[in-house]
Amino acid sequence: MLVPLSWLRDLVDVDVPAEWLAERLTLAGLEVAAINYLGLPQGAVEGVRWPASDHLVWDRDKVLLGAIREVRAHPNADRLVLAMVDYGGDSLEQCVTGATNLFEFKDTGPLEPPLWAPFAMEGAELWDGHSEEPKRLRLRERALRGIPNRSMVCSEKELGLSDEHEGILLLADDGSFRPGTPLQDVLGDVVFDIELTPNLARCFSILGVAREVAALLDKPLRRPATDVLAEGPPIEGQAAIRIVEPALNPRFTLSLLRDTQVGPSPLWLQQRLRLVGQRPINNIVDVTNYITFELGQPLHAFDYDKLLARADGAPPTITTRHAQPGETLTTLEGARRELEAHDIILLDSAGILSLGGIIGGAETEIDENTRNVLLEAANWNPVNIRRTMQSQKVITDAGVRFSRGVHPAVAADGVRRGIELMRRHGGGTVAAGIVDDYPLPPEPVQVVLTVAEIQRIMGVDFSADEAAAILRRLEFTVNLRGNQLEVTVPEHRLDISSEAVTGQADLIEELARIHGYDRIPDSMVDDELPPLHADLALEHEELLRDLLATLGLRENISHRFSSPEREALLTPGGGPGFHTQPYVELLNPVAPEKRVLRHTLLTQLLDSAAANARWRETQQVFEIGQVYLSQESEELPREPRRLALLMTGRRRLPDWQGDADDGQLDFFDLKGVLDRLLASFNVPGVLWGRGEHASFHPGRSAAIRSQDVLLGHAGELHPLVAQAFNLSDAPVLVAELDLERLLERSSWRSYPLQPLPLTPPVYQDIALVLREEVSAADVETVLRRAGGDLLHDLRLFDVYTGDPVPPGHRSLAFNLVYQTDARTLTDREVAKVHRKIVRAAENQLGATLRA
Amino acid sequence: MLETLETQYADALQALAASESSEALTAWQSAWLGRRGVITASLRATGQLPPEARAAWGKRANEIRQLLTEAHAEREEAIRSAELLLDLESGFIDVTLPGRQRQAGGLHPSTRILREFARIWGEMGFQVYRSRDVETDEYNFQYLNFPPHHPARDMQDSFYTTKPGVILRTHTSPGQIRAMRDLGAGGTRPVRVILPGMCYRYEQITARSEVQFHQVEGLAVGRGIRMTDLKGTVAAFARRMFGENARVRYRASYFPFTEPSMEIDVECFLCGGAGCRVCKYSGWLEIAGSGMVHPYVLRNGGYDPSEWSGFAFGMGPERSAMLRHDIHDIRYFWGNDLRFLEQF
Repeated sequence: MLVPLSWLRDLVDVDVPAEWLAERLTLAGLEVAAINYLGLPQGAVEGVRWPASDHLVWDRDKVLLGAIREVRAHPNADRLVLAMVDYGGDSLEQCVTGATNLFEFKDTGPLEPPLWAPFAMEGAELWDGHSEEPKRLRLRERALRGIPNRSMVCSEKELGLSDEHEGILLLADDGSFRPGTPLQDVLGDVVFDIELTPNLARCFSILGVAREVAALLDKPLRRPATDVLAEGPPIEGQAAIRIVEPALNPRFTLSLLRDTQVGPSPLWLQQRLRLVGQRPINNIVDVTNYITFELGQPLHAFDYDKLLARADGAPPTITTRHAQPGETLTTLEGARRELEAHDIILLDSAGILSLGGIIGGAETEIDENTRNVLLEAANWNPVNIRRTMQSQKVITDAGVRFSRGVHPAVAADGVRRGIELMRRHGGGTVAAGIVDDYPLPPEPVQVVLTVAEIQRIMGVDFSADEAAAILRRLEFTVNLRGNQLEVTVPEHRLDISSEAVTGQADLIEELARIHGYDRIPDSMVDDELPPLHADLALEHEELLRDLLATLGLRENISHRFSSPEREALLTPGGGPGFHTQPYVELLNPVAPEKRVLRHTLLTQLLDSAAANARWRETQQVFEIGQVYLSQESEELPREPRRLALLMTGRRRLPDWQGDADDGQLDFFDLKGVLDRLLASFNVPGVLWGRGEHASFHPGRSAAIRSQDVLLGHAGELHPLVAQAFNLSDAPVLVAELDLERLLERSSWRSYPLQPLPLTPPVYQDIALVLREEVSAADVETVLRRAGGDLLHDLRLFDVYTGDPVPPGHRSLAFNLVYQTDARTLTDREVAKVHRKIVRAAENQLGATLRA
Repeated sequence: MLETLETQYADALQALAASESSEALTAWQSAWLGRRGVITASLRATGQLPPEARAAWGKRANEIRQLLTEAHAEREEAIRSAELLLDLESGFIDVTLPGRQRQAGGLHPSTRILREFARIWGEMGFQVYRSRDVETDEYNFQYLNFPPHHPARDMQDSFYTTKPGVILRTHTSPGQIRAMRDLGAGGTRPVRVILPGMCYRYEQITARSEVQFHQVEGLAVGRGIRMTDLKGTVAAFARRMFGENARVRYRASYFPFTEPSMEIDVECFLCGGAGCRVCKYSGWLEIAGSGMVHPYVLRNGGYDPSEWSGFAFGMGPERSAMLRHDIHDIRYFWGNDLRFLEQF
């Protein structure tokens, strides 16, 4: 919300620099997001920092208030005139200008009273009014169509007030105008742009902010006058209200102004509206906006004669109620709206008039011929207003205020002040009294607060007197009873709860805010420590991350959104897959490809790999995170965590010494990482079985089990999947494991160590020729079983096919290590067990020893 | 007779002197002293000589072998030194050529900051409590004092699911209720946890806003938790995170689930508070929202708010990482671009 300091000063004395006040407001919860300066220099306040502003500062000696005493024709140009400006000097300054709004005064003789306008002398700095881009210029003497000129009467744009450059800015004399006054002292202003959190509904007005300023600075608040000169016959009998549902419409007030004249608002009022971002329209509409911004009470003005006509001349009765299905309304801006049951409408005998609290209807609006004005100030249920603004997609200044909450007490002030301003600036006679239907006044809220409770929550020793003084500054009424404060909440506040503990918290917040959070001391918690509850799964997960990073993989974190179509790409042959499980589906996705929560980490990992392929031939990444499995029987999905790996590219990175290429990463590189991982976590009984997952190459992938528990799948991505994700021909190795099962089966902390051997080992190699279908794991099992306790370890070191190994066979060569702690082995013992191993291989696997 | 030996000796010495490399020396060794070397042959020939000539021949041949062996050793030493000197003087490489690349792994920046948060809060007795991503409206909003149609809901645009009342959590705060109910033993035990996790908001994805982001929420509930404790604890965190001299500022603010509520700013660690682009020339960086747990929320966690109190705070690891590393585009975080990740 925009808050001009000049307007604020009407209501409270501000004797501190604007920057200091802005800081104080910010700390008290009214966040001043920006300070906009109009002509005034930015102030420097010790300890307060604001970004440097690059606005135009009006030179106090050269940018002045000028009085145009006469407007003369330019001898050589129709589109220029000569303004004779009194700027407090000895003589009038002749100023050549093209300001269109002076043309009507051309050669009309001396002006009395004069036209007041901003005036800039030679050497003054201004914005260039003719430049599209913001550009500054300094006034220099030069001739305009033969007439020398060195000064200027200024437009709003030239002063930096707005983009308006149609004519010069004409100012309204409030009786204090003196030619030559520095313009800073007339129009100079500072406008705060305040961001209001939802609890600060009461500050959605100049009055609301002024009240906070008064409390913060401990100054009295000057409330805007609500006196009305009402000389007409009583309003009773001329208009009436019927509220059907008080919960929707707790209060409705009306006043009536007859024989007024619609025209432009006074310049000061227009200027104020512009400062808060409003466009002036006419004196009636402008006053409704002015009151909305000043008091926070939105008003609505009806053309009374149109209402009379709709009622065939009878005094109108306005009814408020819920809309009914099928009802429609064409609102002010021309939109035809289908109404819904939660909307609140105003209607008369001829139909719907307006959308209550949000926007008026087109049929009864004020126009230039309006003579008689019926002015509404009402109060509405915030929830309904909010819902209607959302469903009708209309946001108005009125609706925003009502949706946050306006106290019904403000309605009567608003209607009185509004009608009086209209009378003053448009003329006419106000009917005596107001129509005031107030079926649901809020209960006064009272809260009892003790000094002990303040201490319990805040940790600060306030005396009852200190606390009461702060609350009174905010217009709370406080009765002191020893250390107990009996607090009555003022009418403008809707945010203080009547429920005891909550109401106390609400008041403690006010005390802390006004006292200043920075003045509350720091302490450390000396409360009892809760029992420890270490999250072991998380600790293991972190160790897993470290391990994978050590093994050369980078951690990815992806969007957790996906689409069934993307996940279906992982099942190239069709049939069941990730995409055929039920999803957590979003009602409002940001994009179709992000409309469900993922079932697998692979989709994003592959998408990222395809994108990274533009920059990186070799990629090794992993991701840990949950997938979301919707369940029919449960409201909320299961969120099991997964670990996924992806490796592709070269085993070794190329360098400048030529290609040190020893091949593409393949299945066994991935397996090497997983072996390391499973070994580090001491996962028991790891078995790599034939691939059984549709996303993988059937021959170059595996299902990984720990004993009988499936941990996940690993291997080369199915070529069709790689193609579907636009990945190149190089093998893409991926794995996805069930992290929870993996961690459940791991024993990171507690596992037995191998003792260091006390006797020397004996090394022997063995090369076996076997049928190709005999797996390495089977051979290892047979060798180990045959080797018994004496075979300490074995390691496959060579796999060979080709001559002289017969077709359909391959040779597997192992290093065998014989060792036992019981004794140093003799050659004979070793030879014996070695023979046993060879025999077992021959008999059980059909192996022959390779020569 | 012996002249033959002397000639061989002289020829061998001459050949040795002409050997200028280790390779030549090895060749010389085998030509003269090796198994089929000339001198060896001469020694072997001793037996075929007339008996009276054998002794002198054998003696002299042995002497020559000995002399040549010594000369060879000397020559070898000289050549090694020369070669070493040559290597040291000429074996220069361009040390500015790039090193051979090693495939390096690394952790995501969010993980790194999350760990740092967890470590610091852990030192102060706050333990990690993990909570779910997909939540009910009750836990995400209602138990936290956001009634339906409350304007505060506008502050957090939700992702709704096709199951009525089921949404993606917009903040980690629903974990407050779950932690209190899970660990509070029916409102009889204190709780001190941090709740890290991914949160989701319905936003346009731009350089400044994302549809998902991490939050770390902290919660302390006890019989004597005061606002001064909140201030002191957060200040202690800021000192650990941003350095011993980090200045902290508190601004009144609003969150439905805390009261009083405050925003916590730390003096900009990049410009020392003088004002810079990162702190938008204000000298302050917003690091956390916080406040005393609202009585309504305590009650929903199972506690009697007239006896128990608590504080809560929430902060954003991605924002911390962005400040620390001068990252201007939040989309980097979930883009998995290796050129970004490799910088960590």
